[in-house]
Amino acid sequence: MNKIGKVKEFFIEKLIVICGSLSIIFVILIFIFLAREGLTFFKYESIKDFIFGRNWYPLSNPARFGVLPLILGSVMVTLGAMAISIPLGVACAFYIAEIVNPKMKDILKTGIELLAAIPSVVIGFVGMVTLVPMVKKIFHLPTGLTALSGSIMLAFMAMPTIVSIAEDAITAVPKRYKEAALALGATHWQAIYKVILVAAAPGIFAAIMLGIGRVIGETMAVMMITGNAAVIPHTLLEPVRTLTATIAAEMGEAIRGSNHYYALYAVGIILFIITFVINFIADIFLHRIKK
Amino acid sequence: MNDIIVENLNLWYDKFHALENVSMKINDKKITAIIGPSGCGKSTLLRVFNRMNDLIETVRMEGKIIIDDENILSPETDLVALRKKVGMVFQRPNPFPLSVYKNITFGLEIHGINSEDSFDNIVENSLKSVLLWDDLKDKLKKSALELSLEQQQRLCIARLVAVKPEILLMDEPCSALDPVSTARIEELMIELKKNYSIVIVTHNMQQAARVSDFTAFMYLGELIEYNDTNNIFTRPEKKQTEDYLTGRYG
Ligand SMILES: Nc1ncnc2c1ncn2[C@@H]1O[C@H](COP(=O)(O)OP(=O)(O)O)[C@@H](O)[C@H]1O
Ligand SMILES: [Mg+2]
Repeated sequence: MNKIGKVKEFFIEKLIVICGSLSIIFVILIFIFLAREGLTFFKYESIKDFIFGRNWYPLSNPARFGVLPLILGSVMVTLGAMAISIPLGVACAFYIAEIVNPKMKDILKTGIELLAAIPSVVIGFVGMVTLVPMVKKIFHLPTGLTALSGSIMLAFMAMPTIVSIAEDAITAVPKRYKEAALALGATHWQAIYKVILVAAAPGIFAAIMLGIGRVIGETMAVMMITGNAAVIPHTLLEPVRTLTATIAAEMGEAIRGSNHYYALYAVGIILFIITFVINFIADIFLHRIKK
Repeated sequence: MNDIIVENLNLWYDKFHALENVSMKINDKKITAIIGPSGCGKSTLLRVFNRMNDLIETVRMEGKIIIDDENILSPETDLVALRKKVGMVFQRPNPFPLSVYKNITFGLEIHGINSEDSFDNIVENSLKSVLLWDDLKDKLKKSALELSLEQQQRLCIARLVAVKPEILLMDEPCSALDPVSTARIEELMIELKKNYSIVIVTHNMQQAARVSDFTAFMYLGELIEYNDTNNIFTRPEKKQTEDYLTGRYG
């Protein structure tokens, strides 16, 4: 029995080690593949023209691979989504953590989790049939497929992450801080914004970064409702094209081994760097909380 | 006069009768100790004095507590003003996770105090009154959480002193501290007595004997005996008090 147990343990242990290493190896392989294909592009084109080029005409002759409009498209949609989801998300987290009664709290938390489970295509679809016509009508635009529509829908996608992680951070603030504030005569609201908010700030910040990370990598919903025009946007009310949507839309038609094909990988590298940096920052803050 | 007059106070946690018909008069500029075995309602009584029990939804109270001619149990009581007047120090030091300086200005900010004194002066005076100034004058920007436990507890007292309360409530303020720190906090209490009425809960009888002028002995939610500390410790009138003091229970 003991011997069998030991053998069993040995195999299970090895299995776990293998699974763990495999997942790391896959990530490294993906990264190497991405780097190799993407960097090939820069054998033919200069990095400067790529990043600062204002025109993305992959199919014209000569083709132009200026990625600036795509970066700005992503940035604009993301900033718009942040402007909506951060205040709403943080306020919502405080509401759930501090104000609502325990029964309602359970209901709301479940609701938030359900919101996180909605596939992005569905969010995109709902946005397309409801939000897009509304934006068109309200702002008297030729089309409702704009950065604004994308921002609003992405805010929906970032909210569950922001709310649930920020709520955890707020709930984790020791009760004695709040007690101390109230005993000094602070109102509940003063205790929230002068003490609890400060104490939970690193966690809330991490929540925001993870929310943004989800938004910036999102593809399906933005492709469906932002209009996909690869021009440098000036306002939120214009169609934009994001980095993600570009890859998704064009990868199918790009001929393998062509400049266009490598250019899309180079776009992938940019996206990778952006999400990596954001997650890295979020991680630093999450670790700071644990200490 | 900052006496606290308690008249027929009853308190229930839901159905549990935690304070039974407590009546007493707590005297101004004196230290009053509340002693008794664990779970007998000492903290509960203390927390009535600045209505911290209101945070617990199941609490129900009857009776009167009069401070400055006002019944603080009445629904119209301004809790913000009451808690400014009656400050509380907790069992476990609980400075805010902010700088030393901000811990002290917190109360000033929430009460919108703008006296002629600058915040800097108030911070200095408050820290001096708890004998922390010399240790911390160069560390005002430091996080309060980096201080020693004793310093944290002193800071919590300084934070109250800054808003000029009249009564200080202390719930086992030394139970997280070592004997040396405890002795120093006790000295501080005697020092503070000149300006404040102090009510201290302690399960440490020696502490009550050392610092207090009056002692109340509680048992199972009832106030058994309340008298001069000297009398209580030398000539207790009730058998239960004597049993407790001689270590027969608790
Ligand atoms: N929030 C609460 N809900 C229900 N019962 C409580 C609550 N707080 C205290 N009690 C009960 O009230 C009694 C007195 O508690 P407490 O005042 O904390 O005692 P002490 O400070 O003397 O140890 C105890 O029996 C305790 O179980
Ligand atoms: Mg207690």
